[in-house]
Amino acid sequence: MTDAPANGPYTLNRRKLLAAMATIPALGMLGGSRAFAQDTSTAAVNTTGLAVTDTDVTVGILHSVTGTMAISETGSVQAEILAIEQINAAGGVLGRQIKYIQEDGASDWPTFAEKAKKLLVQDKVASVMGCWTSASRKAVLPVFEQYNGMLYYPTFYEGLEESPNVIYTGQEATQQILAGIDWVVDTKGAKSFYLLGSDYIWPRTSNKIARKHIEMKGLKVVGEEYYPLEHTQFNSVINKIKLTKPDVIYAIVVGGSNVAFYKQLKAAGIDLTKEAPLLLTISVTEDEILGIGGENMVGAYAAMKYFQSIENDNNKAFVDAFKARWGDGIVIGDVTQAAYLGPWLWKAAVEKAGSFDVDKVREASPGIELATAPEGYVKVHDNHHLWSKLRIGHARLDGQYDVVYETADLMEPDPFPEGYQ
Amino acid sequence: MSSTTSAAPRTFFGKDAIAFIVLAALILVVFPVALDIFRLNLVGKYLTYAFVAVGLVLCWGFGGILSLGQGIFFGLGGYCMAMFLKLEASSPENTAIQSTPGIPDFMDWNQVTELPWWWVPFNSFPLALIAILLVPTAFAYVIGAAMFKRRVGGVYFAIITQAVAAILTILIVGQQGYTGGINGMTDLRTLLGWDIRTDSAKLILYFVNAVLLLGVILIALFVKSSKFGRLLIAMRDKEDRVRFSGYDVANFKIFVFCLAAAFSAIGGAMFALQVGFMSPSFVGIVPSIEMVIFCAVGGRLSIFGAVYGALLVNYAKTTFSESFPELWLFAMGGLFIAVVMAFPNGLAGIWKSHVEPLLPRLMKRLRPPAIVSAPTKAPAE
Repeated sequence: MTDAPANGPYTLNRRKLLAAMATIPALGMLGGSRAFAQDTSTAAVNTTGLAVTDTDVTVGILHSVTGTMAISETGSVQAEILAIEQINAAGGVLGRQIKYIQEDGASDWPTFAEKAKKLLVQDKVASVMGCWTSASRKAVLPVFEQYNGMLYYPTFYEGLEESPNVIYTGQEATQQILAGIDWVVDTKGAKSFYLLGSDYIWPRTSNKIARKHIEMKGLKVVGEEYYPLEHTQFNSVINKIKLTKPDVIYAIVVGGSNVAFYKQLKAAGIDLTKEAPLLLTISVTEDEILGIGGENMVGAYAAMKYFQSIENDNNKAFVDAFKARWGDGIVIGDVTQAAYLGPWLWKAAVEKAGSFDVDKVREASPGIELATAPEGYVKVHDNHHLWSKLRIGHARLDGQYDVVYETADLMEPDPFPEGYQ
Repeated sequence: MSSTTSAAPRTFFGKDAIAFIVLAALILVVFPVALDIFRLNLVGKYLTYAFVAVGLVLCWGFGGILSLGQGIFFGLGGYCMAMFLKLEASSPENTAIQSTPGIPDFMDWNQVTELPWWWVPFNSFPLALIAILLVPTAFAYVIGAAMFKRRVGGVYFAIITQAVAAILTILIVGQQGYTGGINGMTDLRTLLGWDIRTDSAKLILYFVNAVLLLGVILIALFVKSSKFGRLLIAMRDKEDRVRFSGYDVANFKIFVFCLAAAFSAIGGAMFALQVGFMSPSFVGIVPSIEMVIFCAVGGRLSIFGAVYGALLVNYAKTTFSESFPELWLFAMGGLFIAVVMAFPNGLAGIWKSHVEPLLPRLMKRLRPPAIVSAPTKAPAE
């Protein structure tokens, strides 16, 4: 029943579209040598029947707003809506206002697949901003490849993937890991590491890369442990850490488990501010600290591409706009910023291609630059990942990070790293 | 069928026959005609849960054995099918970029370099089909035999099934090199070279699914009308009396539990085929309880009610979540509470107590000559 109103406009579209398409040959004759690239009529910019009209274009937002992942993904939804509103206020894309259809993945991977299919098949959205966990991305990937959709995926993730139907706006594993380990070895003199993570593909693949990198430097990994998602008893691993006395705890604990892990670490007498051992994480953003509590996290280091406290004009404008739109108390983590890039990268690609067609947007995407990104300048690589910097943040008592290091150059994304497999 | 036969055959061929024809018409004709392929595929997915719900009617509604772990069998059936499909999708040509071509991608990501021995039988379609039915049923037999022979029942049995569901989920998630972990087995493409992702394949799979479901319903109706069905109800209401009459109660319970498990497994296998992947999120406690809810909403004493319950709850889930992405869970919760508070016997109860008494009157009012035609109709049947 509820589909009827949603369907209405699109059927209308299609009719308009056909009428418009019929006029193309006539236009060609009249226009003669006039350049086609400037033609922004709906028939010209949308040849594959997407939800594009003369006045607007529809995109999809697909995140979990219910279930265990809601706490992480809500920030991404907010960032994407903010970006869409800003683009609309600035005149839209190819003269069209962006409308969005939001669907709930409900922290459930099959639901993600169902909703992705609905967005692509029924709503004919021009692109989708969405997903968070690797599991949800793996679930929707076949859908995007089959129906030729375009997904802007915001999370830092394990790599080993390069789909023509996805633009990865977060960092892949090597970008996040290698420079972080170099930093801790060079500036802190770390010699031994304890690797720790939640038990699924991202932490496992990341630790695999970390271990290779550490061992290639001739340093030592003294332990490696995994715990199920939602695990809350970390006492045994904390005891092992105390026994093996590593210089660095390399932690990739995800979601709610973080709260238990950092509280128990503190309760066991490991004061992170003393840096003995030092804790380096790639999974705790400002969003997670809200749940963990700044007092339990203070002194830890995080390796990411974005922190809310980065000082540059882009970021200042972004943080102000975000707070104005969603409230003062809000914090912005790495993934939220990456999600914010999605609509802007898509807009840039559409305008470069002069078309909403997914194939043309894909072709136009490599080389797209964004000088206005809050994290600073970014650029899309041929492999659909972003060139980006890595920064090290030092956790403060108030739940924010101080940026203590950033790589001099943009790092090349390398989703299939040779020698780390 | 002459009208002089006893009550049992009448329940099988009387009202149930009409209900069966109505349901068959609905899923074989009305849905395919009225819905586009995307929605039809969703209905096909809902109907895979109906397999579980029908099994639960036999097991819980008639037999009084509440299992909160039907997801185990749905999941095992689904995984057996998914393993076959995954192996087919992982031919050495398709997986040439991996460090070990020819094994499923998730194994390669987890540094598994050789196909584990227990995966090998799933290279063969007949063996996979046998496994789909045999593995869950055998597992149900082990659980059933361990519990019922010791006269564990009621709440304790429900708790144990839940614990097994939780254990199996943890096992699947933990052994991600062999099972795909929390991601599950994704990107299933072809069945014996036939691309199951195309619209035409989806349509065919929908009908295969529908026919299998109707077959399962027939089996359930047969069980219900048989002596075994009456024994089940007797066991539910007064287990000791049945036992003292000389019946081995445990064996009957094990049988019905295994039957429900086999139904669930077929549903799971059809799920993997139609949706194109399988993940541990169908095995655990939450989906298992959801499956009981489908059955409760439909009416746990009605085989047809369970099918409608599975359809209605899942349809509501899809539409609520499409319309109110942030509030839909409350709407679902409200629906369950309303049904259980107001109609403890579910949809089937509403039908029995409110609609059915009206029907004869309605018939009379609408078509007076029906009284004349009625006697001629009965012998024809």
